[in-house]
Amino acid sequence: MMAYTVETGCIKQISVFLENKAGTLNEMLGVISGAGVNLLALCIADTTDFGIVRLIVAGHDVDKTLAALRAAGLIARETSIICLRVSHEPGAFARVLDLLADAGISIEYAYSFCRSTLEDALLIVRPSNLDLSLEVLGSNDVPLVTQRMVDEF
Amino acid sequence: MIYQPEIECMDRESMRELQGKRLVETVAWEYANVPLYRARMDEAGVKPQDIKGIDDLSKLPFTEKTDLRDEFPFGLLAAPRSEIVRIQGSSGTTGHPIVAGYTRGDVAVWQQMVARAMSAAGVTKDDIVQVAYGYGLFTGGLGAHQGATELGAMVIPMSAGNTQRQLMMMKELGTTVLCCTPSYAIYLGETAREMGLKPGVDLHLKSGCFGAEPWTEEMRQKLESLFEFDALDIYGLTEIAGPGVAFECMEKHGMHVNEDHVIVEVIDPKTGEQLPAGTPGELVFTTITKKGQPMIRYRTHDICTLDDSPCACGRSAIRMSRITGRTDDMLVIRGVNVFPSQIEGVLVGIEGVSPHYQLEVDRVNSTDTLAVNVELTEDMFSDTVSSVEAVRRKIAEQIKSVVGISAKINLVPPKSIPRSEGKAKRVIDKRNLH
Ligand SMILES: [Zn+2]
Repeated sequence: MMAYTVETGCIKQISVFLENKAGTLNEMLGVISGAGVNLLALCIADTTDFGIVRLIVAGHDVDKTLAALRAAGLIARETSIICLRVSHEPGAFARVLDLLADAGISIEYAYSFCRSTLEDALLIVRPSNLDLSLEVLGSNDVPLVTQRMVDEF
Repeated sequence: MIYQPEIECMDRESMRELQGKRLVETVAWEYANVPLYRARMDEAGVKPQDIKGIDDLSKLPFTEKTDLRDEFPFGLLAAPRSEIVRIQGSSGTTGHPIVAGYTRGDVAVWQQMVARAMSAAGVTKDDIVQVAYGYGLFTGGLGAHQGATELGAMVIPMSAGNTQRQLMMMKELGTTVLCCTPSYAIYLGETAREMGLKPGVDLHLKSGCFGAEPWTEEMRQKLESLFEFDALDIYGLTEIAGPGVAFECMEKHGMHVNEDHVIVEVIDPKTGEQLPAGTPGELVFTTITKKGQPMIRYRTHDICTLDDSPCACGRSAIRMSRITGRTDDMLVIRGVNVFPSQIEGVLVGIEGVSPHYQLEVDRVNSTDTLAVNVELTEDMFSDTVSSVEAVRRKIAEQIKSVVGISAKINLVPPKSIPRSEGKAKRVIDKRNLH
């Protein structure tokens, strides 16, 4: 059995608010590349009125990225997120989600994070209850990607 | 403390009767002595004898600020010039001055109104009242001075400015009550803190009467924490008397109007119809004891709400809210009067929401639409769509409940609402109604 905490079991994610207007995503990407930051993963959630872009960057790039985004007049926030490591086989992800659902935890959103160097699939998950999720995943020995692993990608 | 309980706590019916009687006298006096108002009544087909009581008030034509400018300086005097003992005035923001003439009786009435306000703030003959309003044509200084004198308090007529000296006198003389503008009071309080003057040790203020400019509940909290006292609002305008037209009691929940001297109405600024208590509209005053320069149905263009429910302090006088805006900014959307300041009030009241907003009014398929653009702040933002939607829903629901119409809320990036000279352009009306 593993014991995860937010420090050991989570990775950092940056969320950015974007207006639903042509060119805003491009502009944001320009700000990030202008800061010399390499994006490791990206996911866009959009509604008819606005979008939220979620980004994963290396840990040492988080502050630099936030500062660049804010300096460009964008609303950006850092959050802690869970990154599951799931084997490439049918039903593997579903089995993990079942564990969370059994504990009454719902998933706000999820997206995948592919690294060719790894055998397993990486899935980023935003559960409704972070602490409880870490406890459930830890007691079931579900492997998680740590911030240190992300930084070494 | 209630200075004149027999008047301030009079039952509403008797007060209306008294107001009616005094209105009849005032209209007859004004008609006989002020050519402009006589012409206006004639034009409206109203004779003094048509005014028999308070219910006839709505038959009377309005007086406007422009009348005071056009008739400057003495065209609106109803009493002979020899009876005028005082002139007060204001420069006005447009640079055209206006003045008001007071008879000896008018000065006494004004003084009594301020005395009631100060008494509500706990002032007695044992108090030391520091007046840091400007003395001069502006009504603040002399108004506060006379009111405190009527109560027999010791007055320190400092006038405005010279902050170090104000604080030195406050400490050395043991001032117990401060009268000035709320913004200057905050400046005094902050300077006192910087100088190391502590409430309860070096300073002994128990209350303050602050007016002559609009202020907010946040400013009250700030003032009360700076001085550890009760900060009360006092309202007035030169055209009607000066400070003391209305004042807060210790309940701090609306300002009691001195209704035996002034009739207050709230009207629909578009139609001129009287509105019931509780509905925001334009504040209108009629003086009913003034002889020098009476004002009948003077339109302030200020937005306000009246409250005629009983007050816990025991006074029966109707209460007016803080001034929440100007009619000049009013929009009519789907037949509902909407004041941008109401929407600002909603936004300021929601934690984490930025007060930077812009209203976009349009007409789509012959129906008016209102969109409120609100600048997003980091406090309002999280990584999930549902939480951002929840913020939008909350803003929309509160606007609906306060203003009475549905609005579409658009969250926009910070600093994206254009600001001209620091002030945002609040309203974009695309309807071409004119
Ligand atoms: Zn009261």
